[in-house]
Amino acid sequence: MIRYIYADELSREPVLQNSMFRDRAAQFKERLDWDVSVDDRGWETDEYDELNPLYLIWQSPDGRHAGSMRALPTLGRTMVNEHFRHLTDGVTISSPLIWECTRFCLAPGASPVVAAGLLLGCLEAAIRFGVEQAVGVFDARMPRIYGRIGHSPEVIGTSGEGRNAISVGIWTVSEETRAEICRRSGITLEELAGWFDASFNAVIPEVRAAA
Amino acid sequence: MALANLETTLERLQTTRSIEDLQVWAHELRDGLGVTHVLYHTGNMKGEQVGAFTYDLDWVRRYIEKGYSQYDPVVLGAIRRFTPMDWKTLDWSSPQARVIMREAMEAGVGNQGWSVPIWGPAGEFAVFTINHTATDADWQSFLEARKKDILLISHLVHQQAKRIFSRETDTPSSELSPREKEALMHLSQGMSRQEVADMLKISENTLRAYIDSARHKLGAMNVTHAVALALAKGVIVSHGALPKY
Repeated sequence: MIRYIYADELSREPVLQNSMFRDRAAQFKERLDWDVSVDDRGWETDEYDELNPLYLIWQSPDGRHAGSMRALPTLGRTMVNEHFRHLTDGVTISSPLIWECTRFCLAPGASPVVAAGLLLGCLEAAIRFGVEQAVGVFDARMPRIYGRIGHSPEVIGTSGEGRNAISVGIWTVSEETRAEICRRSGITLEELAGWFDASFNAVIPEVRAAA
Repeated sequence: MALANLETTLERLQTTRSIEDLQVWAHELRDGLGVTHVLYHTGNMKGEQVGAFTYDLDWVRRYIEKGYSQYDPVVLGAIRRFTPMDWKTLDWSSPQARVIMREAMEAGVGNQGWSVPIWGPAGEFAVFTINHTATDADWQSFLEARKKDILLISHLVHQQAKRIFSRETDTPSSELSPREKEALMHLSQGMSRQEVADMLKISENTLRAYIDSARHKLGAMNVTHAVALALAKGVIVSHGALPKY
């Protein structure tokens, strides 16, 4: 199932948190050899994890991470605008109607439905919140994976070649795409809506004011 | 409110020159949307509380005097997220929150709310709320029809409040990259999006992201308005007047 968890609530789920950041290290450091940092705990994190992003996480029945991505509003600091503007024609992409979705990660051996679920989770949230597009950063093999799921991003720009290529791309949100990926993946619209409601439309735990 | 009326209301927003103006405008927006209340507030513009709202003034004074923002689930939720919140999904179970809710209702605040957290590029923070008196079903259909408009309006109000506070009269055009200006210029000449995308050798969806970014930076409510503003501010010049080589 997909869960939507803000960074500041993630520590309440230590197993999920630990397995997600370790799977990110395995994917981005070990497999892709990106220039990312891994700490003593074996977690891959960057400066954007500090900005209280929203994580979309596929949680396995055993409570562990099977796949995830990270969403941030493009009106604040984003990876695309701060590090990849040479791939977007110099355009700073910022609008309340556009999110940034990065760090698309799959746990080793994750079932194919996980990748589809993550894209669906992103579409569902975008539709529910009125967001129209998502911009993302991904490695060369991802467009094929996204294409198989039925929702290929349009690549805006690419740097590097072969397996070292990194692209910035854009997804456009539509109910038709959501229906198509549901059809292909076997995830139902009801399931998807249920996951969203369980995260956002449940009572949140009481928090205390910082003031 | 019909789209044309909403555009007129948003054009009026750009003529506001003081927080008092913005307060008057908030009432126009409320009447236009046909809702119970609208509320914009931000806590950190030059250290002052700034707000524009249709709430009863005595209620707002009481809220501030009592320091209710420390316990208000809307504020506590908004400072921790960027996604809009339906009031129903917030935790109103603390004794303080229950008092706030009860007193708000007594002051004429409606039972439904949709609050948009606003985070600016400089880390500034504001909240824009639409409040209404409606059944859950009616509220749901209102939101379905309006949530995108509300998202746009919330950021336009915030931009205008910032402009009022910094005494800016214009939107800085330097934020627009040459590519965005190029796209707006072609649109101003009446080219279709497909034609502009072909001209710039980008996909239509990429073009959409570029012009939506330009729209936001110009403080416009739609593409037509963005083109008009860009021309008016001299960010772009109408290409028709220039020789084409």
